[in-house]
Amino acid sequence: MGDALHLAGQLVLSGDPDLWEIVLLSLRVSLIATLIACIIGLAIGSLLAVSQFRGRGAVLVVINALMGLPPVVVGLIVYLNLSRSGPLGFLGLLYTPTAMIIAQTILITPIIAALSRQILEDLNHEYAEQFRSFGLSRIGQMKALLWDGRFALLTVALAGFGRAVAEVGAVIIVGGNIDHLTRVMTTAIALETSKGDLPLALALGMILLTIALVVNGFVQSVRSTATRAAYA
Amino acid sequence: MKLIPLILAAFGATAAQAADSIIVQSTTSTANSGLYEAILPTFKDTSGITVNVVAVGTGQAIRNAENCDGDVLLVHAKPSEEKFVASGGGLERTDLMYNDFVVVGPANDPAQVASATNITDALTKIANAGTLFTSRGDDSGTHKKERVLWAAANLTPADASGTWYRETGSGMGATLNAAVGMGAYTLTDRATWISFQNKSDFKILLEGDETLFNQYGVILVNPDKCPNVDATSGQAFIDWLLSDAGQSAIAGYKLDGQQLFFPNAPK
Repeated sequence: MGDALHLAGQLVLSGDPDLWEIVLLSLRVSLIATLIACIIGLAIGSLLAVSQFRGRGAVLVVINALMGLPPVVVGLIVYLNLSRSGPLGFLGLLYTPTAMIIAQTILITPIIAALSRQILEDLNHEYAEQFRSFGLSRIGQMKALLWDGRFALLTVALAGFGRAVAEVGAVIIVGGNIDHLTRVMTTAIALETSKGDLPLALALGMILLTIALVVNGFVQSVRSTATRAAYA
Repeated sequence: MKLIPLILAAFGATAAQAADSIIVQSTTSTANSGLYEAILPTFKDTSGITVNVVAVGTGQAIRNAENCDGDVLLVHAKPSEEKFVASGGGLERTDLMYNDFVVVGPANDPAQVASATNITDALTKIANAGTLFTSRGDDSGTHKKERVLWAAANLTPADASGTWYRETGSGMGATLNAAVGMGAYTLTDRATWISFQNKSDFKILLEGDETLFNQYGVILVNPDKCPNVDATSGQAFIDWLLSDAGQSAIAGYKLDGQQLFFPNAPK
């Protein structure tokens, strides 16, 4: 552990361009996946929060269950679709960062949808009377809930980002862990582990953890600044 | 669905094949040993072609190539490679380089493999003693070779799967990590072993048997079957590997003073 910590510090301080390339690709892929998953997932979550229909319970069970999607299964499904012999093969997206973004988006959209649905539904119970008195449309209700729940929803987005940036099973299949093209932190860690360079693998793990800390710290500070402004 | 191309465009996503680049489906043994990092920059300098290597087991590499997901196949399981070519998946198969397989194990050598006369004797000793042996179990080139060796010794270790015969279903490095972790014997290619850094007290206990020869071959994925294949750049890469320049680049790659791969392309 001590060796790894020392190595992690050295790697960061050395400003190794290969390391930064991997770090930036990890961030780019997972942040874009989180953004797209939020657009889709929040729409689904807020719609479910304000809707009553037959079979709603079953839909919720399915979405909640999809939170446990194994990354390697998502990777396989995306691979089979993007493969040159698959239905979307003509796009030529396999072994590109785009393929990794697609896989991570599929992986975390259910998480965003399921968690935001719960939060917004609780909020909807509080607001139900006001919504009725204003005669708000369903879209209006969804917008109001999303806006008022925005700080709680940030945590939901972070949960999605955390899952995306930490997974290796999906991106290693659809990205191929190609040096200077699709190698991200988790696939680099897997590679160094398989080379038996355990201290370097652990050092990369520590750097990944630090990135997660920085992203979470940044969101936390944005939230507290915004909360102060909102209630000032 | 209209949104997807839009989103892709917005983030400047580019297809791997957009620039002058090819995808090589290859094995963990060649990639983990650092061979590609050593020789690819030279090829890039002379040709301007970027080679993107996907490192998986030989079995998976061939399946990916059968799905047209690659331009060149560089693996080590001659019978499977010939089947791939015969079924129209690839054009010509050419010998590229070789090294050999070795049996590694803990220094205390409980099954006395070091005193074995050949690989058949070594495997028989391991099976009779019932000492732990980790197998790749992933249909890779090394796994294919290992199964041939057990069969040649008239042994069926699969019957003992889960007891002394442990199938990891993982790459060579992960299997070596597992072997070191549980003090088990395993079969590995020499290049991965030399470059492996978590050896603990493990060492080579059996080597030099001529049946442990490990031949690598290179194949261009059939552009008639797979129109996406960049036959020009793919063939340029293969031609370079087989040329004097490519062959001496392979021979020149050394780790700890040891040569990892021995070029043997036909002249």
